[in-house]
Amino acid sequence: MKTIYIMWLREVKRYLRSKSRIIGSLGQPILFLLALGYGLGPIFQKAGAGNYFDFLAPGIIGMSIIFTAIFSGIQMIWDRQFGFLKETLVAPVNRLAIMFGRTLGGATVATIQGVVVLVIVIIAGFRPANWGLVPVAILFMLLVALLFAALGAFVASNLDDMQGFQLIMNFLVMPLFFLSGALFPVQGLPTVLAGIVRFDPLSYGIDSFRILLVNNGIFGIGMDLVVLGSVTIVFLALASYSFSKIQV
Amino acid sequence: MEDIIQVKNLVKRFGDFTAVDDISFNVKKGEIFAFLGPNGAGKSTTIKMLTTILAPTGGEITLNGNDAATDPDAVRHSFGIVFQDPSLDDELTAEENMEFHGVLYGVPTKLRRERIQQLMEFVELWDRRKSLVKEFSGGMKRRLEIARGLLHHPAVIFLDEPTLGLDPQTRNHMWSYLEELNRTEGITVFFTTHYMEEAERIAQRIAIIDHGKIIAMGTAQELKDKTGKESLEDAFLELTGRVIREEESSVTERMRAHGRMWRGGRR
Repeated sequence: MKTIYIMWLREVKRYLRSKSRIIGSLGQPILFLLALGYGLGPIFQKAGAGNYFDFLAPGIIGMSIIFTAIFSGIQMIWDRQFGFLKETLVAPVNRLAIMFGRTLGGATVATIQGVVVLVIVIIAGFRPANWGLVPVAILFMLLVALLFAALGAFVASNLDDMQGFQLIMNFLVMPLFFLSGALFPVQGLPTVLAGIVRFDPLSYGIDSFRILLVNNGIFGIGMDLVVLGSVTIVFLALASYSFSKIQV
Repeated sequence: MEDIIQVKNLVKRFGDFTAVDDISFNVKKGEIFAFLGPNGAGKSTTIKMLTTILAPTGGEITLNGNDAATDPDAVRHSFGIVFQDPSLDDELTAEENMEFHGVLYGVPTKLRRERIQQLMEFVELWDRRKSLVKEFSGGMKRRLEIARGLLHHPAVIFLDEPTLGLDPQTRNHMWSYLEELNRTEGITVFFTTHYMEEAERIAQRIAIIDHGKIIAMGTAQELKDKTGKESLEDAFLELTGRVIREEESSVTERMRAHGRMWRGGRR
């Protein structure tokens, strides 16, 4: 327990200390909201699909969570390069506890980031359909964050340096985001694309946010919970296994 | 006296390359033991295996009565280590780095606070405890790492080239502290260095490793007598030759290349 706590505390402290990271990671969601929310809004309206800003807001929350969560996991590569990883590897503690603590820390940070984006969209005029469901939505944010922090940690355990960074960005993070239905409705898509969307765990995360925040989902909250929960467990197991195999 | 470190037929191969080739040695409890060798001889690889972060290809390691292969956590409790390159968290303060270590090693809160203050005062960093480690110089980081490595009162402390890049003042201070700990607490010190006069002055016993094999072992005097040389430096050169070796990093690179290959195959 203490191991999990101290690993968690480290992640959160590091995050709260780097003001540039907090502000920097808010730039992207705000840009998306401005450019897409206001830019595509009128067309979306004309097509009869309703208010695009309300549709987009949960997607942008999901975006900030997946980016922050995956990068918190990937940070382990920096730990490896700057040597701190060795300090945790020689410690007489369970590898699973180390992995879980740091993943939980990364997920906490990503959830904070998601909540900040939620506050920003509310300031910009977004109104949740039911305020009472907002805390439940935040719990789902934590679950989504945990899923992707574990994925990031799994990837990081298998990489030695930052050379693979671009690869992860272009072939993992970007596709996960763009093919998740964060930006467009997933009904009536070409079959191939619709299949891919159903395969992307983030689709279920964003669907759950839409159900809870704007009452407009397609998979159903039970389905979202089952998929997110089981994928999280699988990623955590994979990450712990890879972490226990790390040698320096 | 009992042997605190026992190494039997230890082997480490990276692909075709044999970094450590069937070495055996013992270190007695309370001894100051120097492990010398040219770059790429296998020093760091051996330390990594002794400290459980690298799995040997073959052989046995017993540390403080515990087998490194079957009971790594007991072994991990028994040693402290100062790595060749820094292993601190730059984004945390000096005190937080100490805290983190103390919690990981299960040192009870009250005792932890006491020891942190005592150790940080000793390495003269108590005034800087609230500073982020990234503001520290190389020497300060090294001192902090030594303090951290001792926080859980290990039976053995490993130091991998601990004085690299330190000025004579810091180096002197560090060794006098470690010698005092060795005298008063009976802590076993295992270190590597490229400074021969340091090994000659500090170490009670010396092993020289080259091309993955231990080629000589004994007191500094014994090594000098064996080679008929005046100084340990000359004895060392006599034993290991004058050819300049490839950089130590090449071993790491080889390891990494191997790692990539291996992981690539698994995916």
